Amino acid sequence: MSNFLTASIGRKFIMSISGLFLMMFICVHLGINLLLIFDDSGNLFNQGAHFMATNPLIKVMEPLLGLGFIIHIIWSFLLSYQNYKARPVGYAQSNASYSSTWASRNMLILGALVLVFLVLHIMNFFWKIKVSGDPLLEHVLVNGEHMENTYALVSDLFINSAVYGIIYILGGILLGLHLGHGFWSSFQTLGLANKVWLARLQFVGKIFAVMVALGFSIIPLYFLIKF
Amino acid sequence: MEKTINLTLKIWRQNGPKEKGRFETYKVNNISTDSSFLEMMDILNEQLINENKEPVAFDHDCREGICGMCSLYINGRPHGPDDDVTTCQLHMRKFKDGETVTIEPWRAAAFPVIKDLIVDRNAFDKIIAAGGYVSVSTGGVPDANAIPISKIDADESMDSASCIGCGACVAACKNSSAMLFVSAKVSQLALLPQGRVEAKRRAKAMVAKMDELGFGGCTNTGACEVECPKNISITNIARLNREYLKARFAE
Ligand code: HEM
Ligand code: SF4
Ligand code: FES
Repeated sequence: MSNFLTASIGRKFIMSISGLFLMMFICVHLGINLLLIFDDSGNLFNQGAHFMATNPLIKVMEPLLGLGFIIHIIWSFLLSYQNYKARPVGYAQSNASYSSTWASRNMLILGALVLVFLVLHIMNFFWKIKVSGDPLLEHVLVNGEHMENTYALVSDLFINSAVYGIIYILGGILLGLHLGHGFWSSFQTLGLANKVWLARLQFVGKIFAVMVALGFSIIPLYFLIKF
Repeated sequence: MEKTINLTLKIWRQNGPKEKGRFETYKVNNISTDSSFLEMMDILNEQLINENKEPVAFDHDCREGICGMCSLYINGRPHGPDDDVTTCQLHMRKFKDGETVTIEPWRAAAFPVIKDLIVDRNAFDKIIAAGGYVSVSTGGVPDANAIPISKIDADESMDSASCIGCGACVAACKNSSAMLFVSAKVSQLALLPQGRVEAKRRAKAMVAKMDELGFGGCTNTGACEVECPKNISITNIARLNREYLKARFAE
């Protein structure tokens, strides 16, 4: 298939598929994370985290997820550069906000900020859990099973650092803004929209974006307020 | 009673495609609010000619909103501050007395400036030439009603066909993408049985030409639909994506 990967619609196809895949991951991730606020003993979340760490399906998905991120990010820059080149001389006066939303015009900036957050987030948790280890992760016994105390690692960060709490809330909001445009956009890119479904997808996208932003923000807020 | 206004115009002047452009400021007085934007431009040019200065070059033809020749990015919006009209149909009552009006050409790598406010929109013709037609066999005239078409499809096809090729969609898009134009031209044919025959080839050829000419890609900001004088819907873009992806995956 000649140059599908660099054709304008081909490029968007890659963004859409990788974006949809990342959104599925976000749903699972949020689901597990919310266990943090439903059991202060930490057992529920530890079991969830343990399940994710040991489940064979998740083991297969993990490298795929990494790949999904890398592809989404590389293509986002390729696509943005190509689009940037299409307008060598800009306007002196432009009333862009009349005809489009801020988020839709700044997907790269929103994505890049999410990426900054992602790096920080990986250093906070993923790296410690998978690579370097951390004394807080000392094994605990839940229902007769030994597992890492992931809850201690997470709750320790949020209880002791309001700054991190705020950063995580911002991260959730940024992702919400990215998805407020990205959700319906990914369906539109695949051609899965018509007069009826376009409006429906935009509506569902807004709700989804608010749920993602609220869902991720509520966790650090919970620890900030309760402890 | 007729109302008149005085305006300050900030207009992009550029002697030729390779020359460096700049903004020039002009004043026009006693402009009737009943006149059209292009009539106001005519008055300005009359004034410039009388002062032995070079008139401002701008595109126009039908002046009744059907040919797609007029353009102009006025106060930050293609075809100016009114909705769903071309610049030739824009009235001066949309402006306030004493206002400064900034007038720029369409900005896109694929639409280079020829002179002042005129840009070269041949790129659109090249996209059409790449596939925006139906090849017909010669012979007798086919019977009317020989090919039944549902009212819904006929209406949607007609809506897509109302695109006048003005390029406001490209001008409005932050990526200078021609997707709304191309999607309208692909849709008007894709929705009809006569156009289905060459649908795959058409979608691929027109998108390839669009990319080759240096238009940007679509990021679904939706600015094109809002600024299009003919209200072409971005659902056409979804259809183009669908047609193109189907054609590519069928290879
Ligand atoms: C969890 C993280 C992320 C998710 C769930 C996500 C999701 C999405 C979705 C669904 C789209 C819409 C695709 C389309 O329009 O067809 C999208 C577009 C995009 N994303 Fe992401 N994204 C994420 C992270 C990132 C990162 C880290 C970057 C960049 C550094 C980024 C940059 C972009 C860009 C530039 C677009 C294209 C915008 C457009 O064409 O309108 N995203 N993303
Ligand atoms: S789609 Fe609308 S804005 Fe674009 S060329 Fe056609 S009429 Fe003009
Ligand atoms: S001059 Fe024909 S549409 Fe404006």
